[in-house]
Amino acid sequence: MAETQPPAPAFYVLDPHEHHHEPGSGTLLGFWIYLMSDALIFATLFATYGVLSTSYAGGPSPREIFELPLVALNTAILLVSSITYGFAMIAMQEGRLGGTRLWLAVTGLLGMAFVGVELYEFGNLIAEGATPQRSAFLSAFFTLVSTHGLHVSFGILWIGVMLVQLGQRGLHAENQRRLLCLSMFWHFLDVVWIGVFTFVYLLGVLR
Amino acid sequence: MSETAHGHAEVPHGSRRGYLIGFLLSVVLTAVPFWLVMTGVIGDAATVAAIIIALAVVQILVHTVCFLHVNSQSEGGWTLLAYAFAAVIVLIVIAGSLWIMYHLNTNMMPMTSMDGPS
Repeated sequence: MAETQPPAPAFYVLDPHEHHHEPGSGTLLGFWIYLMSDALIFATLFATYGVLSTSYAGGPSPREIFELPLVALNTAILLVSSITYGFAMIAMQEGRLGGTRLWLAVTGLLGMAFVGVELYEFGNLIAEGATPQRSAFLSAFFTLVSTHGLHVSFGILWIGVMLVQLGQRGLHAENQRRLLCLSMFWHFLDVVWIGVFTFVYLLGVLR
Repeated sequence: MSETAHGHAEVPHGSRRGYLIGFLLSVVLTAVPFWLVMTGVIGDAATVAAIIIALAVVQILVHTVCFLHVNSQSEGGWTLLAYAFAAVIVLIVIAGSLWIMYHLNTNMMPMTSMDGPS
């Protein structure tokens, strides 16, 4: 960032209203735009699932294979992880390093529980013969849900990296910016999960 | 510490109260659809479907405001603009695909049964 310093003052002097555009603040908007493009990936996967959701090919239907109590548990885990990440952000705003790390670790553990329950569910489905190869419905289901699961897994990895970073460097400006990006990522995944549990699981069982 | 940040006002940040309100609303908006589907209180599936879709939309908005802190001030309104644009594209992709493929399916149905055995 030190290299970008020389041209910067010229901009600030010429246009005082543009003073928001300090180095780093653009990162948050850029990351947000990445998330919006990620939303489009999920939109195409949701559309694919919507089109193929009744193509059972003589295989199992959603009502036969979905276990709603398990899905409710996973939904609860992800929802609680959202508020624990929120607590991490509040601790960060108050400059409490210990609190930030504690709540981040709790969020990471909840994320792992979520992925664990999802893998358990997938294991059950595959053991019952409801594999991705069985029907177009199951292919679309596994693609959509595991893409979300992969995102959560990478979020957990990112939380792990941030815990190390915070342990070594503390709450400096760069780490704060990274935590803000991770916050958007994590909450965004919870928003996608709202779509998954509503349109895949609940509407699937209703059908 | 964050006060040292130059553009503090535009950084998305929430209060403990905001997060708790968002969390409580989300718990209700999640529990009600699961309860409706798992107990089958309302017999009519179409009514239940309409209710849970409406609740999902409300919950997405609650998460957007309370957790993602999207508002007209953050990043000078650009996050809100990007969000609205993405929402429009997402709706076009999903609704458009379902609409087109539904009609394609209904028009192709007799064909598949006819050329199936050969």
